[in-house]
Amino acid sequence: MLPSRILAAATRLFTGVRCLAASPHGEGPAIYYANHTSHLDTLVIWSALPAEQRVLTSPAAAEDYWSTSALRRYVANEIFRAVLIPREGIKRDNNPLDRLSKCLEGGRSILIFPEGTRRTDGEVGPFKSGLYHLARRFPHLPLVPVFLDNLARVLPKGTLLPVPIIVQAHFCAPIHFDEKEAKQAFLDRAREAMLKH
Amino acid sequence: MDYETKLLLSVVVGILVIASVVGFILAKNAKTDGAKKTIANMNARTRSWWVMASVFGSMLLLGPTFTTVLFAMISFLAMREFITLNKTDRADHEVLFWAFFIFLPLNYLLVGMRWYGLFTILIPVYAFIFIPFRRVLTGETKNFLISTSKIQWALLVCVYSVSHIPMLLTLPLKDYAGENAKLLFFFVFTAQLSDVMQYVWGKIFGKRPVAPQVSPNKTLEGTIGGIGTTVAISTSLWWATPFAVWQAALMALLICLAGFFGGLVMSAIKRDLGAKDWGASIAGHGGFMDRIDSLCFAAPLFFHVCRFFFGTGADAPPPEWVLRMLGR
Repeated sequence: MLPSRILAAATRLFTGVRCLAASPHGEGPAIYYANHTSHLDTLVIWSALPAEQRVLTSPAAAEDYWSTSALRRYVANEIFRAVLIPREGIKRDNNPLDRLSKCLEGGRSILIFPEGTRRTDGEVGPFKSGLYHLARRFPHLPLVPVFLDNLARVLPKGTLLPVPIIVQAHFCAPIHFDEKEAKQAFLDRAREAMLKH
Repeated sequence: MDYETKLLLSVVVGILVIASVVGFILAKNAKTDGAKKTIANMNARTRSWWVMASVFGSMLLLGPTFTTVLFAMISFLAMREFITLNKTDRADHEVLFWAFFIFLPLNYLLVGMRWYGLFTILIPVYAFIFIPFRRVLTGETKNFLISTSKIQWALLVCVYSVSHIPMLLTLPLKDYAGENAKLLFFFVFTAQLSDVMQYVWGKIFGKRPVAPQVSPNKTLEGTIGGIGTTVAISTSLWWATPFAVWQAALMALLICLAGFFGGLVMSAIKRDLGAKDWGASIAGHGGFMDRIDSLCFAAPLFFHVCRFFFGTGADAPPPEWVLRMLGR
């Protein structure tokens, strides 16, 4: 799709992020999870993926933000093919995990931010349990940690206009779910894997 | 394209063909691991040179607008590397936006408009004053002088200085109307050849370090041999410039010396920041800044020496249409 290709190329030109030569985890879908530092995180990871993986990947995005105008809905649905996630008023019938699972069942990859919120200090915060529940539902899928560096300088929290600073998106070695592992141990291991970039 | 330009481009192609053939032969005969590594790096550099020379050559063919846009891109990429390594604070965000998206395009717009008077003061006067004014609005006093200086330097080195290269195309010179592209060629060719020759002489004969604390790879033998060879080659191109033979020799020497010190200054900044290269965009060379560090300081010097000794002075008043708009 032409608008997607142009957007990805423009993002790479602006931030200096490189497009990966090959899929970071081989064939098929995966669960990408990254540290959350700015509003550009999704765009940067999406632009760094090889084109054939990019069209197969749906990032998770906040429903209250991305469904409020026609342009945002177009970008979320047509360009990113995002999974829209409610942030408040979560009930049984709009459970974010169900929406993400449905997407994975359709053979697509997803991108999530397990910290749940943006950090401004450059550190990686503790992970919420969503990643664990997803991994348990899809134990055979590779979990690919992505460490984002320098993005908070491009678009700091509370600013509207980005500045061109060279950023890095490190795709780390994939990890796998282990059914014998307790929830917290798994989340700690997943976080460690992201820090080994 | 005139005959002289074709000849100049053939000189570049000739040098690159020789470098590629020599590199190919050396790579076949390399024995030790150290030699193999050096030659692999040298050949990566040569390959990048083919790409850079093609871009540069197409610039001479496609004219001033394309040249100006290309150098605006180079300034953008160089300033991005400069600001990435020079950590800035949250309070600098808005100032940086002005530097990248207002002052940089405005500066190159003035180059395109051939408005010498405003071009010369836009960054040294207006941007210099505006940056601390905008920063003080944030109310953040921490690192105030350091941060504003970093951004002022970034604009001066990466944008203002570099833009003197396309500005050479607008410089009215005695008996040289319409030939300025060859002057631009002479400048860039000399500065880059000097880098290459210093590297080659240094690799072959280099023993005594010339600035061990700043740039350990630079040697006395490399510097003298490299600059000597470059001055000889560049002087032999005097026929394409507005200079007499001896003037061409002095101009080439000026470019080489300013390039040498410019390279040292940029190395000192890099070393202070704890980095080896400014980036990794050009294979074998490092970042864009690593490739243009010797041009940064030489460009305004060369421009103004040319203007002082060979200029007609016709660029001093603002362009006609500006005067008309002001009703003068």
